[in-house]
Amino acid sequence: MQLSEEHQQDVNHHRTSYGHYVLVWLGLLAFTGITVTLSGMDLGRWVIISTLAIASIKSVLVANVFMHLKSEDKVFTVFVLVAVATLAIFITLTFFDYAFK
Amino acid sequence: MKTTTANSQPVHGHRDDVGTKIGMWLFLFTELILFGGMFILYAVYRFKHPEEFHLAAKELDTFVGTVNTMILLTSSLTVAMSIAAIGQGRKNLSMALIGTTVLMALAFLVNKYFEWGHKFEHGIYPRSPELLAKPPGEILYFGLYFVMTGLHALHVLIGMAVLVIMMVFIKKGVINRQSYVRLEAGGLYWHLVDIIWIFLFPLFYLIH
Repeated sequence: MQLSEEHQQDVNHHRTSYGHYVLVWLGLLAFTGITVTLSGMDLGRWVIISTLAIASIKSVLVANVFMHLKSEDKVFTVFVLVAVATLAIFITLTFFDYAFK
Repeated sequence: MKTTTANSQPVHGHRDDVGTKIGMWLFLFTELILFGGMFILYAVYRFKHPEEFHLAAKELDTFVGTVNTMILLTSSLTVAMSIAAIGQGRKNLSMALIGTTVLMALAFLVNKYFEWGHKFEHGIYPRSPELLAKPPGEILYFGLYFVMTGLHALHVLIGMAVLVIMMVFIKKGVINRQSYVRLEAGGLYWHLVDIIWIFLFPLFYLIH
């Protein structure tokens, strides 16, 4: 009984998700267009910031929607944040080492 | 909601879908660190040789990179949809969507093949005399380019194999409406391959 109820919820969840997925995909393509256009302009060092910011937004979209982080148990999000923070610490520390040597 | 009584057992016996997905995510974190290490190398070398990285990056074709980005983003969409389809019991649709994904992965690799081939024709490949004659920063740039996009292409290849296996599983009914965590895990891998490209693309093609 319980199971079939859960299953029904699951089916409904998936039914609404097609359109949602397509929207996110369109968003991802739009961000790609924006980032390519921006890189064509003469923005100097802002290019690095804008492209990395857009890449980050795109990966958050993929992780949240396509990889289901948003609908998954919160423990997954915590795991991902810990992993990303670890990588960020590696990058920052290495960079400080080079920047101030 | 799941209510647990004193001696309740999960209906499916040994199935632990959350555990499976956590395992997959843990594996993805090792991939993140693998590529992350190379991103650090890229950042440091770029910092040390800004002018030479600037010149080398101009030699890549932004158009090809953009097309490949769009291909991978679309393939991520079809994988996500195939999981939704199997959840509704639409077996054939799910298989067709995975098949489409595999074809797009192939298209990505074909583009990559021509892109690399083009570079090789111009004498730019690891340890080529032409490349070694360039300034150190450009050698580093192309070294990173070949290693990082090559390792990524290897992941695309592995992802294709994984997805083909998923198709066989669906065909045989191993993956079905009630149990499709394998496909979800395969999908997670594919999306990670996509996310890595989302960062490789701007670093090599867009930042001049």
